[in-house]
Amino acid sequence: MALVEIRDVDKSFQRDTQRIDVFTGLTLDIDAGSFTALMGPSGSGKSTLLNLIAGLDKPTRGTVRVGGAEVSAMSPGQLAAWRSSNIGFVFQSFNLLPVLTAYQNVELPLLLTRLSGRERNERVKIALDVVGLADRADHYPRQLSGGQEQRTAIARAIVADPTVMLLDEPTGQLDAKSSQEVLTLLQRLNNEFNKTIIIVTHDAHAAERAKTILHLEKGDLIEKPRVAAAAR
Amino acid sequence: MKYVQLVLANLGRHKLRSILTIASVALALFLFASLRSVTTTMAAAAQFGGARRLVTLNATGLVFPLPLAYGNRIKAMPGVTGLSWANWFGGRYGDGKNFFANFAVDAESYLALYPEIVMPADQKQAFLQDRTGAIIGDRLISQFGWKLGQNVTLQGTIFQGDWTFKIDGVYHPTDPAIGDNVLIFHHDYFDERIGRAGIAGWYIVEIDDPAHAPQIAKAIDDLFRNSSSPTKTGTEREFQATFATMWGNVSFLMSTIGLAVVFAILLVTANAMMMSARERTGEIAVLKTVGFSDRLLFTLVMVEAGALALTGAAIGLGGATLLYPAIKFNGAGFLPGFKVATSTLIIGALVALGLMLASGLVPALRAARLPIVQALRKVE
Amino acid sequence: MIPIAYNVRSVVQRPVSTALTALGVGLVVAVFIGMLALANGFSAALAKTGSSRNVLVLRKGADSELSSGLGRDVSSIVAADPHVATGADGRPLVSPEVYVLIPLAKSFDTTQIANVVARGISDQAWQVRNNVTVTAGQKPTSGRPEVCVGSRLTKRFPHTGIGQTLHFAGRDWSVTCHFTAAGSAFESEIWGENEQFMPVFRGEVFQSITFRLKDPGSFAEAQRALQADKRMTVDAHRESEFYAQQSQLLGRILSFLAVMITGIMAVGAVFGAINTMYAAIASRAPEIGVLLTLGFRPWTVLVSFLAESAFIAAIGGLLGCLFSLPLNGIVTSTTNWSSFSEIAFSFRVTPALLLVGLVFAVVMGIVGGFFPALRAARLQVVQALR
Repeated sequence: MALVEIRDVDKSFQRDTQRIDVFTGLTLDIDAGSFTALMGPSGSGKSTLLNLIAGLDKPTRGTVRVGGAEVSAMSPGQLAAWRSSNIGFVFQSFNLLPVLTAYQNVELPLLLTRLSGRERNERVKIALDVVGLADRADHYPRQLSGGQEQRTAIARAIVADPTVMLLDEPTGQLDAKSSQEVLTLLQRLNNEFNKTIIIVTHDAHAAERAKTILHLEKGDLIEKPRVAAAAR
Repeated sequence: MKYVQLVLANLGRHKLRSILTIASVALALFLFASLRSVTTTMAAAAQFGGARRLVTLNATGLVFPLPLAYGNRIKAMPGVTGLSWANWFGGRYGDGKNFFANFAVDAESYLALYPEIVMPADQKQAFLQDRTGAIIGDRLISQFGWKLGQNVTLQGTIFQGDWTFKIDGVYHPTDPAIGDNVLIFHHDYFDERIGRAGIAGWYIVEIDDPAHAPQIAKAIDDLFRNSSSPTKTGTEREFQATFATMWGNVSFLMSTIGLAVVFAILLVTANAMMMSARERTGEIAVLKTVGFSDRLLFTLVMVEAGALALTGAAIGLGGATLLYPAIKFNGAGFLPGFKVATSTLIIGALVALGLMLASGLVPALRAARLPIVQALRKVE
Repeated sequence: MIPIAYNVRSVVQRPVSTALTALGVGLVVAVFIGMLALANGFSAALAKTGSSRNVLVLRKGADSELSSGLGRDVSSIVAADPHVATGADGRPLVSPEVYVLIPLAKSFDTTQIANVVARGISDQAWQVRNNVTVTAGQKPTSGRPEVCVGSRLTKRFPHTGIGQTLHFAGRDWSVTCHFTAAGSAFESEIWGENEQFMPVFRGEVFQSITFRLKDPGSFAEAQRALQADKRMTVDAHRESEFYAQQSQLLGRILSFLAVMITGIMAVGAVFGAINTMYAAIASRAPEIGVLLTLGFRPWTVLVSFLAESAFIAAIGGLLGCLFSLPLNGIVTSTTNWSSFSEIAFSFRVTPALLLVGLVFAVVMGIVGGFFPALRAARLQVVQALR
């Protein structure tokens, strides 16, 4: 059974008097342990799809299930709780809280759990270790480079051990070298820790790292099976 | 408790802003507490005074004396257990810029009727035996730098001439109504120097039971109704209360101003707090994505507003409570026993809670209801 | 320069915030004007009481009419003084007066007692005090227990209507007239004949003697002559100066309160204004970046934001003036502790005071806007645009 099941989803926005249909009847499965890249031109609905999976947005029609839970039917309160343990979200512009240190930023999702202070400490350390920033724990975001900031954001996304990681243009604001670092990290998370990763990007090089590339064009899906070799 | 760090970090985001906000709340509540204390102190003054003491005045007015001969007749009345008399002197010290009350009293009976006037026994004894001596409230010591045993000369304004008294004692009043800036000297000496006019400004009548006050007061007034100087007798509290009412609607003005002050500063402060909260729309969206529930975010924003408002209130109210006794403020003698009443502290705390709601509710609701997708679009 | 329209539009774009800030400043200004109007009204009432052409004679050392006492002999000596002006009927313009305080219960709450001045005057007093006008009724007839009541008392005390009877000093007094005295403290007094008041109050003694100078410039000379006269021990005061002196204590208290209260308020409001401007500037950092990129000089940014802050404060100042206008003319009363008598006076909101309030608001705006504006001017373009 697929981890993410999108069934016959319609999504439309009302902009002024105009109705914009992003998706009509979209159906899509994403398997556990996969590394999927969503590509497509601006306005093709990539980010909307990501938001639907994360429960940040609701479909106009149809169902979205993640790990068997019907995300599209949850109340805002249920969604918040569900998101804290199932979704790790990474933004293009990192979106770390500037007033918190890297450590505190990573700790945020754990505040929502019942973990004790010591347990939280252990897990934050592990997460920072995985992204290679153990020595930057006490730095504030403005003291970090773009790549480091994004890796901190990734640490924040994995620290609660979510079911699926969603990344919206994670390399969009990074230089080539930092992008490579981040992408390598994502591959490692996928390979070593068996994390399910869905990444939205319009950078072909970034997409190359994924096991599957999905092309969205005006709300329609064009699947391009990847050659397995590129995943290495 | 684990969210404390998050709240503190947010308050520390614009340290200057947080400090200014706390400071302006503190100032508002300090002013509020001060102004309200003027009102409460005036009201409290009406509660001072012994319940067993009556004051008998000339019915024609405060400035008209009564014959000294009334004393024995009042003393002989049923229910009267003690009697003393005093006369306003109105002497001026130095250039007269620093006014203080001074009056002549029948010393032995007066001190007996006023156990609130506390002083060392030897000083009291010295005063009673020194016909031209005087005792003073302890504030005058610090105000003029006088010393025990020195001579002080007052110029009479009503009763002419230079009057020199030796300071035999320094008392401390346990009841603010007594006044700690008063000079008291012997009525007998006063009477002698003004040529045995045989006058008393007012009588202090001690009665056996406070419950009998109305009857005894009426009996005294009835006794002198048809004499040359009719009297007006009332409890010491009523006497004090007339002083409070003499301020007219000053206390009403004070409370109005106090309200305006609080409202003005709180408006500006609440606005500033709301504006800073607005800057953080994006961050709140991020927290929501991480999984912070609407209710939790609402609480966090509220706690933040509350921390600012309550810290400010604590500083302002605490400051006022501590400051005035520390500097022995008494409103130039007009507001004896000036202090911040408990009711003022409670109202002040409620005002702070109101500010927390006013400044926190809008941002907190906005945070809770923030549609993530839209907010994130602004951020991205 | 950055066009002012930019700031105006920015201000209009956040109407709620602008309104709140302006309202806050407005209240501060209103309290400021109100307090000063009170002090102003009080001083004005007492300043107008005395005339610089009149001389007030008190017993030596007495600092108020209350503590003074002068015999009939003194009254005759003063009346014979060559410096005293004479009236149309050839009699000297001298008024030996009895001055006492009587407790009267107020209309709205009879348990509230006020000490009201009862002044026993001679017939000449109406000419000596030429600011006094009888507005209704007839002056008290000599030899009768009749009184004339100051206009400020009629509304606040019962039994003060013409034809009614006041009871004080153990007697009944019929009210025959009302008088005004150009807003001065006399309007808070009850006037009767001195010969009527003497026996019921303090006996054969006057408290003060007021006379009109023949030559207004001869005060110093008259003062010297009277005080040097061996037959009596008196102080002569210029009436205007005496009443100004009487207002000093309370006037000082009121001004002190005005300055202290509004000072603290202003600091609080300025802190709030600083915060508001910081927040406004923080949210407009990118715009400022654009302005700087376009080539506007940092100091023009500074001026622009200062102007914006001053503009909001000026709106507040105008609001404050509007709030304080209704106060004008409201009558309030308190005890003048120098004379122990109750005095009624009105809030006096003058154009000058309104202007001061407006300037005060703008100053608050500029002070509050300065540091935030400085920060705006110092923004690094790159930082601002990010």
